[in-house]
Amino acid sequence: MKPQHPFTSPPPLDPALLRGLTARRLSRRDALRISGLSAAAMALAACGVKGQGNQTPTTPAADAVAKFWQGKSKNGKVDMASWPLYMDPEKPELKAFTQKTGITVNYQEVIEEMGPWFAKVQPQLSAGQPIGYDIMVITNGVQFKQFVQSNFLAPLDHSKLPNYKANAGASYKNETFDPGNVYSIPWQSGITGIAYDPNRISRPITKLADLWDPAFKGKVGMFNDPAELGNFGMMVLGIDPDKSTEADWQRAADKLKEQKSIVRKYYDQSYIDALGSGEVWITQAWSGDVFQKNVSEGKNFKFVVPEEGGTLWTDNMTIPITAQNPVDAIMLMDYFYDVEVAATLAEYINYITPVPAAKPLIEQHASEASGEDKDYLAAVAESPLVFPTEADYAKLNYYRDFANAAEQQKYQTIFEPIILS
Amino acid sequence: MKRRLAPYFLILPGGLWLLLFFVLPMGIMLSLSLMEGDVVSGYQMTFHWQTYVDGIQNYREQIVRSLIYGLITTVVQIILAFPIAYWIAFRGGRHKSTYLLLLLLPFFVSFVLRTISWRFVLTDEGLLLAPLKSAGLLPADFHIIGTAPAVIGGLVYNFLPFMILPIYVALERIDPRVVEAAKDLYATPVQVFTRVIFPLALPGVFAGVLMTFVPASSDYVNSAVLGSSGTTMIGQVIQSQYLTSQNYPTASALSFTLMAILLIGIFTYARALGTEDVLKVAAR
Repeated sequence: MKPQHPFTSPPPLDPALLRGLTARRLSRRDALRISGLSAAAMALAACGVKGQGNQTPTTPAADAVAKFWQGKSKNGKVDMASWPLYMDPEKPELKAFTQKTGITVNYQEVIEEMGPWFAKVQPQLSAGQPIGYDIMVITNGVQFKQFVQSNFLAPLDHSKLPNYKANAGASYKNETFDPGNVYSIPWQSGITGIAYDPNRISRPITKLADLWDPAFKGKVGMFNDPAELGNFGMMVLGIDPDKSTEADWQRAADKLKEQKSIVRKYYDQSYIDALGSGEVWITQAWSGDVFQKNVSEGKNFKFVVPEEGGTLWTDNMTIPITAQNPVDAIMLMDYFYDVEVAATLAEYINYITPVPAAKPLIEQHASEASGEDKDYLAAVAESPLVFPTEADYAKLNYYRDFANAAEQQKYQTIFEPIILS
Repeated sequence: MKRRLAPYFLILPGGLWLLLFFVLPMGIMLSLSLMEGDVVSGYQMTFHWQTYVDGIQNYREQIVRSLIYGLITTVVQIILAFPIAYWIAFRGGRHKSTYLLLLLLPFFVSFVLRTISWRFVLTDEGLLLAPLKSAGLLPADFHIIGTAPAVIGGLVYNFLPFMILPIYVALERIDPRVVEAAKDLYATPVQVFTRVIFPLALPGVFAGVLMTFVPASSDYVNSAVLGSSGTTMIGQVIQSQYLTSQNYPTASALSFTLMAILLIGIFTYARALGTEDVLKVAAR
């Protein structure tokens, strides 16, 4: 079977172009489960019982930016913590950056799940010590807020971000989780929707309610992350997660409990393997994974953004407050917003790029290329999963944003029993 | 003076070991389990015993399930391990150590890797089930992964050497002359086994039970990899309370509860079987 882009006609693919393009987060959570526990234990042993922050969302003092950046200078190196397979393993973009600026980049794929990552760096950040990284790519959501509230993130000096200012899409300049992009600028976004195997499910899947169809008993996969799971429970009932109340959560949880008898398992990243092996036929899924599974294993899975809506999440570049090379870090962050760089990144990883101007450039690359490369690049430029239209965006919701820890714990206690029992 | 202190110096290494690696972590965990708060604003000691009540109430199902899985695992392991250990000890001859090595060889590969490999073998359309399904011997929706037998099977597989080895050691130490004496006294082979060999092997079984029941019932990898939401064990709950929910007090309270249940169980069990024998065997 020819590998297929989930949305468009099948482009035959050049294996060289796709080298290493396997599912981005394959089993990363499984692996981290094991090492993560020791990290949490460390957090406790280091007397992690002391908190660092306050519950009210912080607006940084007016002079915070000046205070942080004062006296900081370029050191010629930068350490970046990111997620596995979020960049071409050859790292052509980073090599070009080093050539251009003389700054060497140590790019490490050390983040595999937000909870354990927070648990891992929290003791050092609490103690005011460097964590060994100057940039961390972190997802919007509970831990992002915890990083902000604990004052663990450096306020960004936007005068050092000219490319970002010029090239970032409008919706990436005013994110609800970080108004004014005080602490973060986006790395890539992705969509949580539905993936299914058309070889086993003959009718087209279009809506969330299809995940509740008893015809798929024992072949439905859902996520074990309360934020992801809860969002689908709410959206299927027509509730906007952003405006949801505790009563809505309860209704969503009841709806999800109805579904339990047909759900095979509440998955972490391993859902994509389960889909590949036929363990599930229809599952909650992340957009880029499905694309990468298709191209790396010659599968034909379809990804749909459900009629009721999908979840839009963003992985963001941030600078830890204790970073040793913040100037180099912010230069690198801005470099990723160079249109050419953004285009080559998108061509490789196929998540949503925050730089809309990359699209004509990818089209141009496609017209210059020939044969299989040409078809592949054209498919990327056309893909609504890389460049969603306004209509696509309108259907997407963020994770529920919590006012305080008590509210978040309430949410957890409502949705957790579905996953754990 | 020196004479009187000497015994204390002698227990110092052991005592320090226990203090550093058992008492201290236990103390930290106990105090954490009684605090209230969250990871951002910190935890305050409020002696909030309610965490225990809530934790046990909310996760009673998973605690009970873990103990049942642990129990079934242990029983299955005794049934499997005894004949293997017996065969190696009495019929192994010159090649005993080779057999033991063969037994342990798979365990040189990482625990997680081996468990994940079982997924590939047992998955719905995998090596085992796909041919049986296409031959029409099994219904299309039959599956092993995600069921309780899959999880218990994984537990049995992963902890089996810890049952075989202690039983083997106990059997190996049986003086052949004791068996000969029984035969000289006209004992039938069955009587030799039930009256002589089995009682002498009991301390090994006891040690094996300790080494497998405790880790099996607190395990979370097998259930996470081979199970589904219907097989959630208490280890998974604790893991997710620590890392996903960052609810450290509940996680600590559940860990403490689990440990208390296991300790009480072990002591009752030791009493019933007679601890002294075990200690004697261990000291031999």
